[in-house]
Amino acid sequence: MKFRTLVAFVGPSVFMMLLFIAAPLVSVLMQSFQVTQPVMQQIEVETCTPGFLTQTCITETKTVPLIDEETGKTQTTTTWVGLQSYRNLLQMPRVWDAISTGQWGNILQIDFWKALRFTLVFTLLTLPMVIGVGLAIALAVNNAVRSLRGPVIFISLLPFIITPVIGSLAIYWLFVGDGIITSLIERWTGNDIAMFAQAWTIELLMYVYQVWHVAPFAFVIFYAGLQTVNMDTLESAVIDGANRWERLRHVIIPHLMPLIIFIALIHLMDTYRAFEVIVGFRSQAHVISLQWLTYDFLTPDDAGNRAISRASASAMLTMIGIVVLLILPLRRTWRDHKGTT
Amino acid sequence: MSSKALAQPLALRVASGGFLAFWCFLAAFPIFWITVMSFKSPRDAFAANPADVIFGPVTRASGQGLSALDIVLGGTALIFALRWAFSALPKLIAKWTPPAWIVLGWLVGAAVYALAFVLAFVGILPVLLGAINGIAGPLGVPLIGLTTEHYIAVWAENAFYRNFINSMIVTAGVVTVSLTVGTLAGYGLARSGSNLAFWLLILALIFRALPHSVLVAGYLPWFINSAEILRPIFGEISPTLYGQPWAVIAVLVAINQPFTIWMLRSFFQNIPTELDEAARVDGCSHFQAFRRVIMPVMWPGVITTGLFSFLLGYNDFLVTSLLLDAQNQTMVPAIAGYFNRETTTTDQVEAVAAAVSITAPLFLLVMVFQRQIVSGLTAGAVKG
Repeated sequence: MKFRTLVAFVGPSVFMMLLFIAAPLVSVLMQSFQVTQPVMQQIEVETCTPGFLTQTCITETKTVPLIDEETGKTQTTTTWVGLQSYRNLLQMPRVWDAISTGQWGNILQIDFWKALRFTLVFTLLTLPMVIGVGLAIALAVNNAVRSLRGPVIFISLLPFIITPVIGSLAIYWLFVGDGIITSLIERWTGNDIAMFAQAWTIELLMYVYQVWHVAPFAFVIFYAGLQTVNMDTLESAVIDGANRWERLRHVIIPHLMPLIIFIALIHLMDTYRAFEVIVGFRSQAHVISLQWLTYDFLTPDDAGNRAISRASASAMLTMIGIVVLLILPLRRTWRDHKGTT
Repeated sequence: MSSKALAQPLALRVASGGFLAFWCFLAAFPIFWITVMSFKSPRDAFAANPADVIFGPVTRASGQGLSALDIVLGGTALIFALRWAFSALPKLIAKWTPPAWIVLGWLVGAAVYALAFVLAFVGILPVLLGAINGIAGPLGVPLIGLTTEHYIAVWAENAFYRNFINSMIVTAGVVTVSLTVGTLAGYGLARSGSNLAFWLLILALIFRALPHSVLVAGYLPWFINSAEILRPIFGEISPTLYGQPWAVIAVLVAINQPFTIWMLRSFFQNIPTELDEAARVDGCSHFQAFRRVIMPVMWPGVITTGLFSFLLGYNDFLVTSLLLDAQNQTMVPAIAGYFNRETTTTDQVEAVAAAVSITAPLFLLVMVFQRQIVSGLTAGAVKG
């Protein structure tokens, strides 16, 4: 295919990606160094209250936003503040302070570090769980009677396909207050339990939700991979005296290795985006994620202002995080790619 | 496992079967449970005893419920309706639509069927069965409490249908535009072995990894002020992009593009190049070969990719909640409105009913397109 034909075919797609992905990235980078604020002016306001004989008048100076006379909107100025937004976000002095006094826990009281810790732990801890559970389901389905496989796959796809907010809400409703499962546990243990009152129980439920939501994806891919396992190798392993566990360890898992890498890659990308689960569980008071932090800055506050600059800084840091996280698996794929060609 | 050497001992088979049953229970339970909850009066829905939630004594006491007669007659009608959908409906659609428009025929057929289904089971059947129950005596006494009042409150009083329409507009737009732009790019990338194509795919992979909030932070200031920014170019008609469904469609299409082109590329690679070459020898240009020879055999891949685009548009919360205003809001962010009001238990059950309403179309989607979804999931991994 000639270069010009290729450009004609991929043109619209590349244009959309440049306009709506690459350009916003540049814009975010610029915004993170700038602060846009309404122009304030000081005016003298005389307020009078009626009184006996004369009215009482007080004159005070007030700071109000300057309003453009043509458009009727508040005027804004944009100033270059350099790394100020990043500093506000990271709060390094407090971090160093916490480190030097040895009170590491204090770092996690700063929103950004709190969000970073949760996002990383959430991503890295659920990864092995998703791969393990997915593989276990795939092996079990592969063992099952053929006529059962269709319905099992149908049921397994449900948690994967469901809207993430709704999925997390469904789990939330099972546990919230005296939800059905909470009251069941209470009856067993005899203790009063509030699942959404402290951070660690919320986090535990979030891991459960994430594995519930993503394991079907791993399962479907592993299941497809299991269909192509070489039967001859498996049988020769049996002849060589390998037991079930050794066959799994030395024949099946190496065969599935590329798929494990693929799932790990997709899982890192998708779970790092953890956001809907915070909304569904309404856990913002206890547990927050990086995406939620940016989202929170972007939602208008009571005065209707959006903290665009801080949101941009936190967005840039979020992006750096995912790049760092993906370097390892991507380098491996790159080496495999070079090795095969 | 054909050979005898690989036969498994009974204990292992039982353990594996048990694990599978346990997983199926876990997978289905939360969804099943919120569905049950949404049909009960608030006190039953949040009862501590599971049996109370299922049988709904409070709901039953208020006279709303299913009698034995309802269950038998309604169940029979339900089974017939479902069987008809899987046996007669496909034939009917195939008969009435020209082959080239088969996808459109399916969409229209499915929509008409869904409408008729809702009309029959919510509109006609309850009235009919209510009349029969009145004269049936003991058979007509409610056994299981069941009420549709929360659905009526959500859809009629809270105007959830507006959010539904918005969701449909956004999703339909995302699917159509993504597929049009994506098939072209996917074909180009699959058929070109050049370095440019390789680097484009790597770039797409990197874009795929970006969290959406990063991008939205880039759009927001521009979208809010777009009327003023665009004024020098378009004059007075320049629109404010914030709150416009079509702007959100463009954004979601772009976000979805990396995934779409990767998936379509792997489907295109499965189509032998000899097919293009034959068309080219017969005098087609690249584009003609694409349109007349490749596209007709590409439908399975396009439908599968379309499903995933649909899911992205339909399930999105972050982009739509930040870039759309209240009157253009789609269904998923509209749920957030229920959180804020959720003060009484009635509000909570209404939120549950809204959540189930959002899930129902997805349930149907998996039912109809299970095979395509599985093939789409594996297309990227196994072959790519």
